[in-house]
Amino acid sequence: MKVPPGVSPEDFSDALKQWEGIVGKEWVFTSDADVAMYRDAYSPFYGEEDELVASAAVAPDNVEDVQKIVKIANTYKIPIYPISTGKNLGYGGSAPAYSGSVVLDLKRMNRILEVNEKNAYALVEPGVSYFDLYRYIQEKGLKLWVDVPDPGWGSPVGNSLDRGGGYLYKEYRNHFDSHCGMEVVLANGELLRTGMGAMPGAKTWQQYKSGFGPWIDGIFSQSNFGVVTKMGFWLLPAPDSYLAGTITVPRYNDVTPLIEILDYLENTGATQGMPFLGSPLLARGPLGQAGPVPDPELTALLADPNGPSPQAMDAYAAKKGIHHWSCTLGFYGAPKANEANWEFSKEKFSAIPGAQFKDSGSMKLPLTPEQQAHFNLPEFGIPSLQMFSIGARSAANPTPGEGHIWFSPIIPRNGEAIFEANRVFRQSAKELGLPVPAFSLPTCYWNRAFIFLFGFPITHDIETNKKNRVKFQKLVKIAAEHGWGEYRTAPAHQAAVMDTYSFNNHALLRFHETLKDAVDPNGILSAGRYGIWPKHLRESKS
Amino acid sequence: MKNLFLRLILASGLIFVAQAASAQQQPSRSSAWTRATVNGEGQPKGYVQFQDYCSMCHGEGPGQPGTMALQAKYKGAQPALLSQRTDLTPQLIKLYVRNGISIMPIFRKTEISDADLDLIADYLTRNNKK
Repeated sequence: MKVPPGVSPEDFSDALKQWEGIVGKEWVFTSDADVAMYRDAYSPFYGEEDELVASAAVAPDNVEDVQKIVKIANTYKIPIYPISTGKNLGYGGSAPAYSGSVVLDLKRMNRILEVNEKNAYALVEPGVSYFDLYRYIQEKGLKLWVDVPDPGWGSPVGNSLDRGGGYLYKEYRNHFDSHCGMEVVLANGELLRTGMGAMPGAKTWQQYKSGFGPWIDGIFSQSNFGVVTKMGFWLLPAPDSYLAGTITVPRYNDVTPLIEILDYLENTGATQGMPFLGSPLLARGPLGQAGPVPDPELTALLADPNGPSPQAMDAYAAKKGIHHWSCTLGFYGAPKANEANWEFSKEKFSAIPGAQFKDSGSMKLPLTPEQQAHFNLPEFGIPSLQMFSIGARSAANPTPGEGHIWFSPIIPRNGEAIFEANRVFRQSAKELGLPVPAFSLPTCYWNRAFIFLFGFPITHDIETNKKNRVKFQKLVKIAAEHGWGEYRTAPAHQAAVMDTYSFNNHALLRFHETLKDAVDPNGILSAGRYGIWPKHLRESKS
Repeated sequence: MKNLFLRLILASGLIFVAQAASAQQQPSRSSAWTRATVNGEGQPKGYVQFQDYCSMCHGEGPGQPGTMALQAKYKGAQPALLSQRTDLTPQLIKLYVRNGISIMPIFRKTEISDADLDLIADYLTRNNKK
């Protein structure tokens, strides 16, 4: 049996016995085989001595038991690491940030406590997955949509606390922003409710976010200040119809006005779904199929160390008769409004000479199963795992890795930033010996900034992983030098990323540490998560 | 119409993944998983559990990552659909579920209980030669 660091075997044994008394022997895991299931399947330290692993796991099924378990951990100063569904793959999975912690596995807390159709919200426990919530809504025939992230096996609680994103209206696809009200077990076992939940008998816990006084919900995201045991989420009333419209523009520099017009349309509510930027010129084949061999002429143009020459790119595109960029908008709601908004969008984009348009026509929702086959399901609030097709073995990817982690910097929302980021990351990739990207476009999860998503392969080869970890952190630094910061990262890199948020001698991290010491003086909760270490580990770990 | 929606494009990122899919790629299809649509009546033992826990990756259709991976691996020498295999053993099934394989992660006992895993193994070995 492993023993957590800083804990005596006797104390740990006592705690395990007490935990068994609370949840039953079946739900306290201490055997090597059982504990190994809490490894991060996509760990960048896989198989190394430094791999972040649990010493044990305990899995309560209700909040009272969470309180008791946490109290015991606090008494014996045992480090614990709460997870919800444990499927935050690419950003840490189910393994603790501080090796040897006991995983507090909340997967069994899988109750959908309330779904209110009229007011369009849900209140759920951490073990509820997006699949579960979707299924529940379908079973009850409720006219509601859940904004889901790409992998449907995650939980609304876990994904939003890690500040994940989805695909629907901007008010919903920022999953943390769409939450309304939390219940949190603090390090001393005390129960806290935020927002209107702080008022006994309040009838608006899931209707009004901020309650009264400082709004503290944010400190429980990407942090280690409490164990969130319930969260409310605003759901989207099922829209009546959908229309997809794609704009293509011919010239290299057209991406700048394309984004400016897109921003206007999105921020005035003329278009609702997450926009997709694309490039007909640079397009390859569909997923899992080998695409055409890139044209050497195009490859050479893209490889210009100063960035592609707009004139040369335009001449190439004109010769091929293919437009440079595309943007696909999703319109949701009343059919006539969607059509009017698309017409309005076309008018605006027509300011770009040569812009062309095509659309899907108005489609009644929900989609039929036949229609679903042609769409990216999360854009319709339907959870799936289809995104994993990208990393899985396929004709185009015959030797897949063992997983991936994401390098995911936030960059400014404008065309110049896309060009600059491509120049910088292309040059960095070359210098670091990484596969050099042809050209990358950002994703539009957040309507006020772009995010670049680059997958780093995880292998089971220790030397390769070691090299990749160094390269990853170099990229983090290079990005920070350009003012681009990671939005989220795996525990292996959390301290390095936090280090880039260093304004005024790390005032923000020092504030986090002050909070940490106040709300969790024994430092038992998720030590090291997001680079926040408790006092007794701060010097040795920072 | 389909092309209109093949648009995840470079947005899918992955630029540093050697050999990985790149520009203009979009997973093509996958069925929504919902227990509500699973009718276990008249189905073999373990069918419902397989549908609940496995079918979102190992179901039918080209956008199913598990099915796609097994097609690429066996190239028809074995069925890409796990539910059509006749050579799997319960031990192998449990090994993969509890340890993961390639990008398929580990499934813990709080996700798939030992009892449900036994049923899944029953289902996937139902057509094996006895």
